[in-house]
Amino acid sequence: MEDEKPEAVAEEMELEEVKAPDAAPVERKPVEEEQVVYKQVRSVQFGLLSPKMIKKMASAKIVTPELYDKEGYPVDGGLMDIRLGVIDPGLRCKTCGSKLKECVGHFGYISLARPIIHLNFSGVILTLLRCTCRECGRILIPQDKLDKYSEKLRQYGKEKGEELLRKKIREVIQRLGNKCPHCKAKQGKVAIEKPTTFLEDEKRISPIEIRTRLEKISDADAELFGLNTKIARPEWTVLTVLPIPPVTMRPSITLETGERSEDDLTHKLGDIVRINQRLFENINAGAPEIIVEDLWDLLQYHITTFFDNEVAQLPPARHRSGQPLKTLTERIKSKEGRIRHNLAGKRTNFSARTVISPDPMLDITEVGVPEVMALKLTVPERVTQWNMGYLKKFVEKGPKKYPGANYIVRPDGKKKKLTEETIEQALEELQPGYVVERHLMDGDIAIFNRQPSLHRMSMMVHHIRVLPFKTLRLNPAVCFPYNADFDGDEMNLHIPQTEEAMAEAEILMLVQTQLISPRYGLAVIGCVQDAISGNYLLTQKSFSMGREAAIDLLARAEIPELGRLPRKETVTGKEIFSVILPEDFGFVGRSKSPEEPEVVIEGGKLVSGVMDKNNLGEGSGLLLRNIHHKYGEKKAVEFIGKVFRLGIQVLMKRGFTTTVSDTDLPEKISREVRQLLDSSSNEVNELIRQYREGQLEAFPGRTLRETLELKIMEVLNRARNEAGLIVSRSADRSSHTMIMALSGARGTTINLAQMAATVGQQALRAKRIEKGYKHRTLSCFERNDIGPEAHGFIKNCFKKGLSPPEFFFQAMVGRDSLMDTALRTPKSGYLYRRLANAMQDLKVEYDHTVRDASRRIIQFSYGEDGIDVSKSEAGKINVKRIIAEVME
Amino acid sequence: MTKKVDVKKHVLVPKGQKLGEKEKEDLLQKYGISVSELPRIKKSDPMLGGMAARPGEVIKINRSSPTAGKTVFYRVVVSG
Repeated sequence: MEDEKPEAVAEEMELEEVKAPDAAPVERKPVEEEQVVYKQVRSVQFGLLSPKMIKKMASAKIVTPELYDKEGYPVDGGLMDIRLGVIDPGLRCKTCGSKLKECVGHFGYISLARPIIHLNFSGVILTLLRCTCRECGRILIPQDKLDKYSEKLRQYGKEKGEELLRKKIREVIQRLGNKCPHCKAKQGKVAIEKPTTFLEDEKRISPIEIRTRLEKISDADAELFGLNTKIARPEWTVLTVLPIPPVTMRPSITLETGERSEDDLTHKLGDIVRINQRLFENINAGAPEIIVEDLWDLLQYHITTFFDNEVAQLPPARHRSGQPLKTLTERIKSKEGRIRHNLAGKRTNFSARTVISPDPMLDITEVGVPEVMALKLTVPERVTQWNMGYLKKFVEKGPKKYPGANYIVRPDGKKKKLTEETIEQALEELQPGYVVERHLMDGDIAIFNRQPSLHRMSMMVHHIRVLPFKTLRLNPAVCFPYNADFDGDEMNLHIPQTEEAMAEAEILMLVQTQLISPRYGLAVIGCVQDAISGNYLLTQKSFSMGREAAIDLLARAEIPELGRLPRKETVTGKEIFSVILPEDFGFVGRSKSPEEPEVVIEGGKLVSGVMDKNNLGEGSGLLLRNIHHKYGEKKAVEFIGKVFRLGIQVLMKRGFTTTVSDTDLPEKISREVRQLLDSSSNEVNELIRQYREGQLEAFPGRTLRETLELKIMEVLNRARNEAGLIVSRSADRSSHTMIMALSGARGTTINLAQMAATVGQQALRAKRIEKGYKHRTLSCFERNDIGPEAHGFIKNCFKKGLSPPEFFFQAMVGRDSLMDTALRTPKSGYLYRRLANAMQDLKVEYDHTVRDASRRIIQFSYGEDGIDVSKSEAGKINVKRIIAEVME
Repeated sequence: MTKKVDVKKHVLVPKGQKLGEKEKEDLLQKYGISVSELPRIKKSDPMLGGMAARPGEVIKINRSSPTAGKTVFYRVVVSG
């Protein structure tokens, strides 16, 4: 988007309504009363400014590079001429008579001593020079062919655009030979020396000559190149007068010392005017050709850099300090330019940002807002006769006490700040029709956001809970959709300011409306960490507790349906869990546990199976998806909240921690691991022996060496996996580390094996480590050692500690993966940006086709299967269940 | 050494066939579109080798799809 540089967007282009092309561009009369004109803009057209137009729209001719006289008053005919608009308070504009801020500014102009090529049109000029006769100015295509093909060319231009049309014309002409078919004049070879010098047969063509040639092109011929000569005559691409932008777009700043500091554009314009004046003087004095030409070139340079100071072939114009000037193109272009910075990236009021921290006792749909924020952020509430008393209480408290109010707004729109002194007056004044901007309170709604906002779940509506301390707080269950953690992450909060905005935000963006991901059709909000371990423990076969204790547990978890607990002395964990399931819920699913792989829920009772990450976790499993489908989003989000709190309370009651002794292995097992490692080491040595003796057979398409590497990798990886198996087989399944791994709350059995048995092979880009010295990785190994230890196999486990070379290998891989993530993030971000920009106008139509903005078909059926993923289960439709439901 | 490969025989290249005039009209009717709104395929596309397709004709393509198993797609031949 911003990378394209369409030539038609140069600054001095004029914008006008098609209907009235000759209307005066600037309204000169002082505006006495506000006039409302009801007209619709039908189209906007871009064209070139003619010299006549430039003079017509100008309100001053600029003749001197001086800015101010001795009194510090703007010089007439200078660049800060007060006819160009006002930037000083108190002064009145000489053109329109209005004051600062009212006057939008007026253009001026300078007449150039010699014509100057406009940088952005050098391409157009080049094609025109090449494709028209140097003598008669006709297009270099014979008349008979023109008659025949001009319509076709026009059609081609309409379809493919002007750029390709011009290329086509050039191709045609190149085939026709180098004589003008109209006047038989021989044509020279025109070349461009970037950015603005044109050569014909190696000799320079002056801009004067270029302009006269362009003038000779007839309207009809110009139109063949796609130029509408009413708004863009070819010769207007060579400047004879230059419009001077109004001072309002290049205001000067007065420093504390009283010194004035001028805008970059003013500096540049000063250069232009100065050189232009000198050029005039030299021409009039009859100075030698060389001097005039030098000055001319200098003027060309200044005007070129005035438009664009980042032209590849030119040195950028600089300040005295050496920093490059920011001229017209740089103002518009790129991330810090007008478009992306100021137009696409506006700043908002009623927003806040700070560090986030977790609070599992908050509801999932809530966000904890620190009191200091609640004192600054406000919600407008209109005063009516019924809520007067209620709103007066806020006004009474004023801006400093919570919950108070910061402003009142009178019906005429005047805003009044509340202070200690104005409170009393405001109270008297308050009546229906006023608006009170009161402090944030519990239950107000806010849009909560974490960057990068990659999907719609990155901005969700939460209800506000005003809390002490200074961080924004959220339930850890919503970390996943925001991709947030608490290592210093910050998040943003926005407060909608009208009833419509609040209602709209709440209906469309409330957390519970975002439960199911439109990407894969599963819940994106689920249990994390302790909540998973807790429910895993609770739903174990062996878990049971007294009824009293169970009620205590449920009450702590703020679960009100205590009556659903079976009436018996001791209850099992599954029975406790069943309390929070909807009463008529039926479900069959899978869990990670090998003992109870099948999860069965019948009539709202958990019959078998354990609850682990597969069922409760975010982005996995169908339990949450089914509850959402059957009972709606409100019930689903309530369910998640209850499961979450229940899991945590179970752990609070039982106690949960992790310890180094969890990774202790019995003597027998560690011997087994040692033997395993020894035998694979032997296996590798055997492979190496075979390789050295030439007995190894190469895989197809691989060298012998590659084959050896593959085989070694395979053996060593197998060793690590087997060690992992041995550890997980022998490990105490009730140890807390193991519980976390088994439930999927945190860590894997591989992590455990790395702590307890062996770290295993370190891989750098899917290969064993080969970097380092000549023929060896580290200097402590012999040359050409291809054994496991010399290439990054770590025999030790983390608990025992690594040997120095092992440590080094581990650090290598660690550093590499760190670099990799650091480099990958911006790359994928940019890729995403390009994709999003390319696809933002795609839309699914009523006939299921995916089409772009010009209604062209991209896909004949959305996703080729026509499934709305957000209404599916993991992208599929469960036909079996639908049939079962219908049969009931 | 250079061996001529017929890409049409490759497993990853989907099979296509020309649509008759009648079928083409039906297709355009069904989606309420003109040919210019169809996805395009260049005449020089190796997939069309030997099909003698002329610009303006519509090619029906049977693709395998990771989501739908099998899917049909239509592309209009353009010059180039």
